[in-house]
Amino acid sequence: MGQKFLMKGNEAIAEAAIRNGCMHFFGYPITPQTEVSAYMSKVMPKIGGTFLQAESEIAAINMVLGAASCGVRAMTSSSSPGISLKSEGVSYIAGSDVPCVILNVMRGGPGLGGIQPSQADYWQATKALGHGDFQLIVLAPATVQEIVDLMGTAFDLADQYRMPALILADGMLGQMMEPVEFPEKKEAPAGAKDYATTGTQGKRKPNIINSLYLQAPVLEQTIRDRFARYEQVKQNEVRVEEYACDDAEIITVAYGATARVVKGAVDMARAEGIKAGLIRPITVWPFPTETIAKAAEKARGMLVVEMSMGQMVEDVRLAVNGRCGVSFFGRTGGVVPSPAEVLAEIKKLAGGTN
Amino acid sequence: MAEFKKTSGLTDAVFHYCPGCTHGIVHRLVGEVMEELGILGKAVGVAPVGCAVMAYDYFNCDMIQAPHGRAPAVATGAKRANPANIVFTYQGDGDLAAIGTAETVHAATRGENITVIFINNAIYGMTGGQMAPTTLAGQVTQTTPYGRDVTRAGFPIRMSEMLATLDGVAYAERVTVVDVPNVRKAKAAIKKAFQAQLEGKGFSIVEVLSTCPTNWGLAPVEAVKWLKENMIPHYPLGCYQDRTEKGVF
Amino acid sequence: MAVNMLIAGFGGQGVLFMGKIVAYTGMIEEKEVSWLPSYGPEMRGGTANCSICIDDKPIGCPIVLNPETLIVMNRPSYDKFVNEVVPGGVMVYDSTLIDAECSRTDIRIHPIPATKMANDNGLHGLGNIIVLGQVLKATGFTSFEVLSQALEKCVPAKKAHLLEPNLQALRLGYEYTVE
Repeated sequence: MGQKFLMKGNEAIAEAAIRNGCMHFFGYPITPQTEVSAYMSKVMPKIGGTFLQAESEIAAINMVLGAASCGVRAMTSSSSPGISLKSEGVSYIAGSDVPCVILNVMRGGPGLGGIQPSQADYWQATKALGHGDFQLIVLAPATVQEIVDLMGTAFDLADQYRMPALILADGMLGQMMEPVEFPEKKEAPAGAKDYATTGTQGKRKPNIINSLYLQAPVLEQTIRDRFARYEQVKQNEVRVEEYACDDAEIITVAYGATARVVKGAVDMARAEGIKAGLIRPITVWPFPTETIAKAAEKARGMLVVEMSMGQMVEDVRLAVNGRCGVSFFGRTGGVVPSPAEVLAEIKKLAGGTN
Repeated sequence: MAEFKKTSGLTDAVFHYCPGCTHGIVHRLVGEVMEELGILGKAVGVAPVGCAVMAYDYFNCDMIQAPHGRAPAVATGAKRANPANIVFTYQGDGDLAAIGTAETVHAATRGENITVIFINNAIYGMTGGQMAPTTLAGQVTQTTPYGRDVTRAGFPIRMSEMLATLDGVAYAERVTVVDVPNVRKAKAAIKKAFQAQLEGKGFSIVEVLSTCPTNWGLAPVEAVKWLKENMIPHYPLGCYQDRTEKGVF
Repeated sequence: MAVNMLIAGFGGQGVLFMGKIVAYTGMIEEKEVSWLPSYGPEMRGGTANCSICIDDKPIGCPIVLNPETLIVMNRPSYDKFVNEVVPGGVMVYDSTLIDAECSRTDIRIHPIPATKMANDNGLHGLGNIIVLGQVLKATGFTSFEVLSQALEKCVPAKKAHLLEPNLQALRLGYEYTVE
């Protein structure tokens, strides 16, 4: 820590990955995250790392599978349509219990969609980034500094739980510049990856990285074992910020860049005498269910704000479980909600009898 | 006289391959070559999706099982992570020449220092005998019940010839294992391919024309005859590229 | 003072660069800063704008929809944003490029013939920096020294020979008095 740099989110995330021991990056150009690849291509050759521009998103994620199988910290990044292409590989990585980090700088969809910021891939990230029963650790930073801080968390948690971690950002975070401090560069933790395919050196039985189990009961058991690990993740790794929630009657819930807009609206509401607060999930999987459930006990109502037609709102409703009303406000397709719009929604709730 | 015994390049697992299938021979050759080159301890194999999907149980070295067609990308990641490892893929024709064509072509053109063992048996074996990219014109399969009509289903693809045009390819040779002299030639080619990787020469591929008696609907001996009479004329044996002296870069 | 600024013009006019210099003044003064570009698919020629926020407390929404300071470098941007400036705010624009009579009386308006001034003074292509000098004069958002330092930080080492003309342009804009 120490020196502050003014940096784009995309460049900061690349530097943060390198400082957390990621020496192998496999990418493919797509707006609005291409600066990640550009930065990696500039730095990696100078430090003996790998930057490889793959022939496709599909190839890139499979290169990550190959590298991560060999025990190194490996990463790929993309934006929404490219992440869809990676989903096959992500499922294999999860099914093979291999750690890695993936970055999604979300843009509007579906299809080719647009190139402006969006949060419409929440369901994909938290429910089904590929076929089969599996989860990713999903981290949702709200500032460029938090992108940097969560990068180390992502690699550490991925290694600890042997599962892929996804940084769920959006075009606004990727493109904006903010002051940022970096941690000291550290090597990836050595050893401990006794599953890695680094060659037997004639000293042990072959390691096999595999997701195929043709005996149904055996496959079921591997999945149950993996889900037991997911339970630990849920117990230990929930991260959430509560802002002005102590006496709040109207609780807003938002993540990522949207949470910044909502925080502004909460401040405006407070200035007008409305007791508003914000719960900002930092991990969207595992989801801060307990925090939200507890807040719902005393809140008059909740307002979920997303850059989508309403995806996280379903998790909020499950957490609230009827304890209070949950309403939703969203802009989508690349349109960013304004603080004034959100304030109007807060006022609607505050004025109502609920 | 040397004793005939199982190579240490293979595990004790029993092959699941059908009677008369030549996968077993090719496995053995790869295992023998790795043993003879003394590279089993640093070998990392990549298994495909297809009949050889369980190759990870058979080769006596570290193995990664790849998504369908992605073996060259997985192998690229493995080799870049640890260049001291000897990385090879073992892929069938659907895996390598249909769904994974892009991965194959680009690993080759990057001159990725890996070795690819390519089993061409002109059919999809594991899923029960559908048309492969290498299925011959007129050949009957489950999805070309009237024979492959090239006006609708296109032409069978010659991968060795195609890959030989790429600057990153150090070595590309097509062999077969249908008789003893050819088995010996195939082994020499596989050895040369691994040797090229050991010396950092670039991408190496050995295409092995193989039989699939089960899905061809032939007895093993007839299958060998069919391969010789039908496949070799379309897929001539021989070396299509050899830059193993100087390397590709 | 807190900065809440929107800079808009054509791609290629140095709009994002101007924003970067403003953002660096906040860095130098060790404040919270955000710089957010609005981007399109084209690299050059399309409309470009960027939002800059500087504050003592963390920046919430980094998108400036209603700027306290608006800088416009072409007519489409003028038309698009002139009515978005908050009452009491400031608008600075290049009057060589924009021929307009603004009817708003609740904002301060600083037209400056920056492109003409640049051409007259052998500072071709530095109209944007001249405008920036005028912005400083109109708002006092930082000191001239800090803005000069920020400019130095933004001129890349391999274009060091351009630093002097840039500083000259900055001073020219700063010293210009709107009639």
